[in-house]
Amino acid sequence: MSGYRLSSGGSQIDRSRRVRFSFDGRDLGGFAGDTLASALLANEQTLFGRSFKYHRPRGVLSAGAEEPSALVTMRGGARVEPNTKATMVELYEGLEAASQNRWPSLRFDVLSVNSLFGNFLTAGFYYKTFMGPTRKSWMFYEHFIRRAAGLGAGGFEADPDRYEGLHAHCDVLVVGSGPTGLMAARAAAVSGARVILAEEMAQLGGMLPNESESLDGMGAGDWAKATVAELSTYENVTLMPRTTVYGYFDDNVMAAVERVADHVPVPAENTPRQRHWTIRAKQVVIASGAIERPVVFDGNDTPGVMLSDAVRSYALRFGVAAGRKVIVFTNNDRAYHTALRLADQGMTIRALVDARWAPPQELVEALAARDIEHFPGHVVVKAEGGKALEGVHIAPYDPHTKRLKGSPRWLTTDALAVSGGWSPAIHLASHASDRPEFREDIQAFVPGAPEQAWRAAGACNGDFGLAACLAAGAEAGAAAAGDVGFGATALPLPSVEGGEPDGSAMLPLWEVPAIKGRGKKFVDLQHDVTAEDVRLAQREGFQSVEHLKRYTTLGMAADQGKTSNINGLAIMAETRGATIPEVGTTRFRPPYNPVSLGAIAGREIGAHFRPVRLTPMHDWHVAQGADMLAAGAWLRPRVYRQPGESVTDAYIRETRAVRDSVGIVDVSTLGKIDVQGPDAAEFLNRVYSNGFAKLPVGKARYGLMLREDGIVYDDGTTWRLSETQYLMTTTTANAAGVLTHLEHLLSIVWPELRVQVTSVTEQWAGMAVSGPNARRTLEAAVDDMDLSNEALPFMGVRPGHLGSIPVLIARLSFSGELAYEVYAEANYGMPVWEKVLEAGKPYGIIAYGTEALGALRIEKGHVAGPELDGRTTAADLGLGGMASRKKHYIGSMMLDREGLTDPNRLKLVGLVSLSGESIRPGSQLVEGATVATSGPSLGHVSSTTYSPALEKQVALGLVEGGLERTGHRLYAIYPLKGHRVPVEIVEPVFFDKDGSRMHV
Amino acid sequence: MRIYCPICGERDSSEFTYGGDATVHRPAMDETDVEAWCQYVYNRKNPRGPMLEYWHHTQGCRAWLVLERDTVTHKILSQPRLVGPWADQPASNPPTDGGSDTGSAERERVSEPVGAE
Ligand SMILES: [Zn+2]
Repeated sequence: MSGYRLSSGGSQIDRSRRVRFSFDGRDLGGFAGDTLASALLANEQTLFGRSFKYHRPRGVLSAGAEEPSALVTMRGGARVEPNTKATMVELYEGLEAASQNRWPSLRFDVLSVNSLFGNFLTAGFYYKTFMGPTRKSWMFYEHFIRRAAGLGAGGFEADPDRYEGLHAHCDVLVVGSGPTGLMAARAAAVSGARVILAEEMAQLGGMLPNESESLDGMGAGDWAKATVAELSTYENVTLMPRTTVYGYFDDNVMAAVERVADHVPVPAENTPRQRHWTIRAKQVVIASGAIERPVVFDGNDTPGVMLSDAVRSYALRFGVAAGRKVIVFTNNDRAYHTALRLADQGMTIRALVDARWAPPQELVEALAARDIEHFPGHVVVKAEGGKALEGVHIAPYDPHTKRLKGSPRWLTTDALAVSGGWSPAIHLASHASDRPEFREDIQAFVPGAPEQAWRAAGACNGDFGLAACLAAGAEAGAAAAGDVGFGATALPLPSVEGGEPDGSAMLPLWEVPAIKGRGKKFVDLQHDVTAEDVRLAQREGFQSVEHLKRYTTLGMAADQGKTSNINGLAIMAETRGATIPEVGTTRFRPPYNPVSLGAIAGREIGAHFRPVRLTPMHDWHVAQGADMLAAGAWLRPRVYRQPGESVTDAYIRETRAVRDSVGIVDVSTLGKIDVQGPDAAEFLNRVYSNGFAKLPVGKARYGLMLREDGIVYDDGTTWRLSETQYLMTTTTANAAGVLTHLEHLLSIVWPELRVQVTSVTEQWAGMAVSGPNARRTLEAAVDDMDLSNEALPFMGVRPGHLGSIPVLIARLSFSGELAYEVYAEANYGMPVWEKVLEAGKPYGIIAYGTEALGALRIEKGHVAGPELDGRTTAADLGLGGMASRKKHYIGSMMLDREGLTDPNRLKLVGLVSLSGESIRPGSQLVEGATVATSGPSLGHVSSTTYSPALEKQVALGLVEGGLERTGHRLYAIYPLKGHRVPVEIVEPVFFDKDGSRMHV
Repeated sequence: MRIYCPICGERDSSEFTYGGDATVHRPAMDETDVEAWCQYVYNRKNPRGPMLEYWHHTQGCRAWLVLERDTVTHKILSQPRLVGPWADQPASNPPTDGGSDTGSAERERVSEPVGAE
């Protein structure tokens, strides 16, 4: 096979600490400091997974965050995490990982036959095959196709780990800790600025351990360690390893994820798995480096084909040889140094293949000194081997015609190190910049003009040389600190000795012609997009790069095309006969790397998702065994079931008890707004559609509130407590909205009105006492109030006391019975509630819930939320008389619009089930009994209940023409459930039509 | 995005609720021209670039503010000001940096709808 552990080397691993782990159930060993990828390579594992579409065998391409192929599923059970890059996973004792997208096993995968049909699954295959006349067959095949394509599978159990969301502030945020980032952080730090240095990998230093140069007389890796050690002594510097800054948002807000415990089996006690950071930085230095790019040739996805710097990384940082016999394939100088370093490390370099005809002489001599065969002017045209690389065909290449100049020859190899040049990692910068700019000398895009307070430096900005990066970093760090107001101190640059070419002396080389035919040349390894797909899309008219991307899905995988973007653009440019800048590039969007949903949710999960609001009597309801139901953020008792009762049994019993004697219901959730000021009466008169100017002190009035467009917004009673003070109640649902509406009017529309509004919803406990015995009950409870019809008439409001507790009692009725609402300061809610219950004992008082509340109001035809649905007018609801014609108020001028006066509008009606079956809310009202004869919908059912008073199933509904259809028979249909109930249209007030019961 | 509230200081935009176009004038209460009402209720410009708009500090002091914001970059171009009866009160939390006071011409423009009746 191929990879193995070298006898020496590996700056990042600790050979004295062995680590056991398993891959696909196989027990393997590695060293502390390994990544899963390096440890697997050391264990001769070349095959890492199967590809997305064709199930082709795939290995590992890179050694970092740009990895498109080596995706594995980590852990198991509730902690399972699919699509994790093996190159980013730090090895830990007991790590469990599994390969993906293969069945039954990685080595033998049934669906790899997809690969045989590769020519058929080209760009747009599914659209072309399953749209049009064959569309129906998609329904049949979809399941199989979806099963065949894809990556890892997530779990179904809840994640047991904790994720946290934190905020951080700094003067200068430095993203990336390579030579540029370290110098930038240092320069900003010495100026005194608060600095955060974020690094995606576990070790700070970026690519420095890979470099040949010495800095200040130290190895580059040692210099990085020393600099990090120095930075850690600054109080104004925060080092954040394992932290990916994934998005750049408005106002210089950066989002980052810190992988706190991904490198251990289970997070330590009180430690989250990940932290999501919102970082507000006054200035940002983006030092995100560059990503090496592959060359597109036939079979370039064969396991064993890797990026040149990745092969170098595995050898120098992890002491792992990618193969027994390595070939280097390049279009630039830097890969020569890779070959030399690897050879010096004891690896066998079979050959170096360079597309350029005249590389620098000293490099050629250095190869010769190490017996490395040199093929200038050659390219790798084809890689062969299936599950593991066995060899490559190379051929002479003419860079002008871009054709092969001779017949190919075969070289055996088990690892091919490819370098097609470098692309700056401009992703983060492009979240907050103008269009990226193309630079001919490096054949790559660099960040466009900043639209926020950042500067890019070093390789990310197209400066690839080490000395250039150090200088650019120091300058950027000082300038960033200077922009925040910290005086710059000249920072001496480290002396650089040695010196490696920066890779920019490159020959543009994107794609190598196949020996014959088209070959299988992959541009996007994660989405299985080939060079032929790009050309096909272009032939089919997808000229724009944005269209190309969406049609072929190039660069749309989870890796966002980090290693495929520029190759795809170059191939498209060539096909179109245009230049790369003419083709342009798509914009990168956050996130730079995938972010787990857990990190985004943080602690806002389960009961923490939003606060739950409890009424002052909540504990009593729970103690009585009430079924509590969420009503917005509130929890309200639905029914108080007695042993053996169903919900229906319970609400029917509760409803009857109210009609027969007396009941009490918690209405504390109603919105309550204190309205005060000399102009309060005028204000309310403008806000409500019915008259409020003449409401006397000590009286309440039902008010209807319209929107500016004339549609009903909310309703409720408002009580006049004094000449200048009112207590307004709103529906539970609109409590917050109505307050905002009133504040808007008082601030913006009528600032001259001397009125203040304050939410007092939570300051008052409210309860309604309803039923023929309501007066007797309250008379027994209150001490200092005459509750007779004369003293407290219908709609009257009086202050009083229950014992020593002050209360407000209003004679209001939602149930249609003799009823009172009793309000007390919230902390007195419970004692008042209990006193009323005690007083009602002789009458068999019961507590009732929202179901009975609903049944009582539907029997009375009172509208509520389901009828105030944002589409109904006062006239639609039978409340036309409440929309005054004598005054101006919100919505008054819009009432006569054609659409609102159309006689065919849906209007409120009552419905009675003719079959005795219950009517489902949301049912459509139609004329015909069968599907064929049903005809168009004439309206819908809004609220339904069983009416104990009528002993019938009844409902409220909105129907075309409204009460003109009284006596008509319709069907209430609910096709999704197969319900079809014959109903008769009646008046919406089912019970006690003249209201005599509440006026006693 | 952060919004400077003259009462509370600079706060995260998640505390605020968008209140729409601040150049819209509500017709006088007794205006009978239906066209004027249609303009007020339905027609908005939706500009690309600078826009004068209302924001409500819903999760804070509950004041209504008016500010100018670029709808493309989300940059706030003018220092937000209170509207309503409190509009002329001095800021209790003057901004430490960023935000520039706006000229009197614009102030005129803003105060118009506020006082319209
Ligand atoms: Zn505020």
